[in-house]
Amino acid sequence: MSRDITFTFNGNLLTLTVEDHWTLLHLIREELGYTGTKEGCGSGECGACTVIVDGAAVNSCLYLAAEINGRSLVTIEGLAAADGTLHPIQRAFVDHGGIQCGFCSPGMIMSAKALLDENSHAAEPEILEAIAGNLCRCTGYVQIIESIKAVSGGEPEGPRVVAWRGDDPHPRS
Amino acid sequence: MPDLHTVGKRIPKIDAADKATGRARYIQDLALPGMLHGRILYSKYAHARIVKINTEKARALPGVRAVLTGDDIPDIKMGVYKDNRPLKKDKVCSYRDEVAAVAAVDPQTAREALKLIEVAYEPLTAIFDPEAAMREGSPLVHAGNKTNVLRMPWKLHYGDVDAARRAADFTVSERFSTTWVTHCCMGTSGAIAEFDPANHLTVYSNTQIPSLAQKDFLEALSVMGLKERRVRVIKPCIGGGFGSKLDTYAYEYIAILLSYHTRRPVKIEFDRTEEFLATSPRQPTVTYITQGCDRNGKLLFRDIRMILDNGAYTSWGATTPSVMMMPITTLYRVPNVRFEAKCVYTNNTYSQAMRGYGNPQATFAIESTIDMLAEAAGIAPIEFRRINANQPGDVSTQGLRITTCGLTECMDTVKARLEWDKPKASGEGVGCASLIHVGGGARVYKSDGCGTIIKMDDYGKIDLFTGATDMGQGSETVIAQIVAEELGLNVDDIHVIHSDTDICPWDVGAHASRTTFVAGNAARGAAMKIKARVLELGAKELNAPLEKLVLHRRHIQHLDDPETKIEIGKLLRKTHFNHGGQMLMAECFYDPANENMGMDFRGNMSMTYTFGTHGVRVQVDEETGKVKILNYVAAHDVGRAINPMLLEGQVYGGVMMGVGYALSEQVLLEKGETMNPNFRDYKILTAKDVIPIEAPVLETHDPDGPYGAKGIGEPGCVPTAPAIANAIYNAVGVRIKDLPITPERVLAAIREKKGLDLCGRKREADPGEACVIEE
Repeated sequence: MSRDITFTFNGNLLTLTVEDHWTLLHLIREELGYTGTKEGCGSGECGACTVIVDGAAVNSCLYLAAEINGRSLVTIEGLAAADGTLHPIQRAFVDHGGIQCGFCSPGMIMSAKALLDENSHAAEPEILEAIAGNLCRCTGYVQIIESIKAVSGGEPEGPRVVAWRGDDPHPRS
Repeated sequence: MPDLHTVGKRIPKIDAADKATGRARYIQDLALPGMLHGRILYSKYAHARIVKINTEKARALPGVRAVLTGDDIPDIKMGVYKDNRPLKKDKVCSYRDEVAAVAAVDPQTAREALKLIEVAYEPLTAIFDPEAAMREGSPLVHAGNKTNVLRMPWKLHYGDVDAARRAADFTVSERFSTTWVTHCCMGTSGAIAEFDPANHLTVYSNTQIPSLAQKDFLEALSVMGLKERRVRVIKPCIGGGFGSKLDTYAYEYIAILLSYHTRRPVKIEFDRTEEFLATSPRQPTVTYITQGCDRNGKLLFRDIRMILDNGAYTSWGATTPSVMMMPITTLYRVPNVRFEAKCVYTNNTYSQAMRGYGNPQATFAIESTIDMLAEAAGIAPIEFRRINANQPGDVSTQGLRITTCGLTECMDTVKARLEWDKPKASGEGVGCASLIHVGGGARVYKSDGCGTIIKMDDYGKIDLFTGATDMGQGSETVIAQIVAEELGLNVDDIHVIHSDTDICPWDVGAHASRTTFVAGNAARGAAMKIKARVLELGAKELNAPLEKLVLHRRHIQHLDDPETKIEIGKLLRKTHFNHGGQMLMAECFYDPANENMGMDFRGNMSMTYTFGTHGVRVQVDEETGKVKILNYVAAHDVGRAINPMLLEGQVYGGVMMGVGYALSEQVLLEKGETMNPNFRDYKILTAKDVIPIEAPVLETHDPDGPYGAKGIGEPGCVPTAPAIANAIYNAVGVRIKDLPITPERVLAAIREKKGLDLCGRKREADPGEACVIEE
């Protein structure tokens, strides 16, 4: 069985025909061809496929595609500005070492975004709760948590990145 | 050392923005035109004869393009011992044995086709306990062998252990065991194979060893009758390595065979269940250890016998004793050492390399008994270790030459940062454990080298082609920093191209914490050649003496007169677009002067060694056996931190993996069958389990490392388990000798110590009802 659905995909209205048994993850990756959303387990255990539906972080591998009808879907591809400027959460993950192999990163960033959209000054316990369903094997989570805190204000200073750049007359260290 | 402008800075990973935006492409994200999807049928038994396989119905399913069994393929041999083949013939020796494979137009059809393959088995007696498998009369995993014990001569004896034992004032003898744990890479395994019309092969694969995989696949083609063909291995982004991708696997060969049969690109991609069932875990060990010291706490001898569960086939796991030898002979000064390890075939899953490569298992036994020996000798744990600490200039009995060594400073740091001596609450305890690991390459193969090619373009930018393989650790960033430092450029000016055997020079692979050291030295060597040429050209252009010129902020500049300078790009354009024009290119193949082990296992396997001490403060709940980590300090002598942020990431990640190894992780095999192939039942730590952790870095500026650096990829997970076990002992007086240290084990030990049974009742009080605890 298939049906026609209409939804907002990263800010754009989209109408298409979906099979009833498709998951949202299948729709995003296989039908729409957006591969930033990852499949780590296919059973809602790892969070690599996290996307935002109407403001809430969901595991797209457990969410039926047809259910997206009339809703708003944001994937990792919808975060950066049109000119390529990274979203502040993406920037923080880059600057604070929140990314190693990167496979969990899109899902992790989406969980963080859903949290900070609702509570921009989230403290550590809320951060841990929000990403508890996103597994990471590389980082031990420490720098991921630092990255999110840098945006939520849980961290007193800005990024600790120090790199001399050619156009910067005052190299920092 | 003069001021450095990029080395030592917290520079973000070059590929981080791609990964943060979802643009990075993993094997899961790749598709080629006309690509088919392969799937593998695994054994239904741990040990059985294959009587008959009927593939007719599968072949008849619309959309199926090929079905292969062991009878359809040539005799391709895989693994360190060549005792495995991609699809099994006649017999299966474990549940993960590949019995048949299908290629179909989509994954769903491939899955359906597998269900239509009928296999008739005749079960055989299987053996799962390596100690039982060693006994005479045990069922044989491979009938051609006389015994299940692998013929690998892991045996050394330096000095005279028996005499030292007689002379010792204190000795401790114990048995320790460790179990299977698995890498849990977030990105599952996968490969795409494609032949061109001349049968040259391209393989896109999740690998840590592009050059060695190329060699393995060339050998497979040769067996397939395709000689003199080319193989190109391309590694896309990989979702974690941790040693899991150090070998070539059946699924890669099966993708190649299916592609050859169908003349189409074929992709095999594991799902999570398959990732748990059909990838190779860290090998379980049983260790019998005795250590002894004199009355002053000076170590006199170490005597170790170890049994490793090899599983049904042989991969690099069977060679981990070669690395275990390093802590066994050289963690602390030990004048007399004896070690013997036996790897034993069983009908369990076969094991492989995993972060630390045998070192975590050996260090668990060594550092647990060091604590016991310190107590026997009446010396505080850190003081005991300090008495025996390695020092710069030491040469161990095995011939490992210690150049730089900050082990004592690491201990001091842990003691101070953990506030070791502060008063403790009831159930609170502190513990520590140290580590030695290869930090300057590891000569386990014929070459430990890495090649680098650099070309500098008309704008003063660099394209750098390295043999190094990045799996998320940030090797390309570290390499770019080293080259930028050498050439006075920005990290952004360095484009690092890697992981494609058609383009990049040879490298032995991303293992042994060797990439920063070896690939870093290779990159620096090539950069120095470019630098010499640029300075030569600059001297002519600026009419200045060579020795007065430096490369600084994209310019060649006079040391005494900063206004005498020219932009590097401008100079290169002048050199290029001229009669007899030139372009700047350089190469360097760096192969460290480390040594292969000799017949007696002596040899300086690494150019330098990384040292560290981990200290941990725990709180043990005596009612539940639950262990809470209150604070963790992981101090390492890293030579120099090229990029402290990435370095800390390696330590944090390693420690958290080590905490999982210590407390929660275990692949449960029930008669060879994996019972917990999912993240619900295989417990890796989540963000809610994150521990307060500090990673102080000690810099000893190693003379052989690039800008003084040593390797740091693996050490984070090496001494974690014994540090925690020692802290638990300090807290509640029970010594846990088996991993993982589950609450059940801690509680049972606490109750036993109190003279209670497992249910918490006085042993003698109630002889009536039996106490049954189900784990």
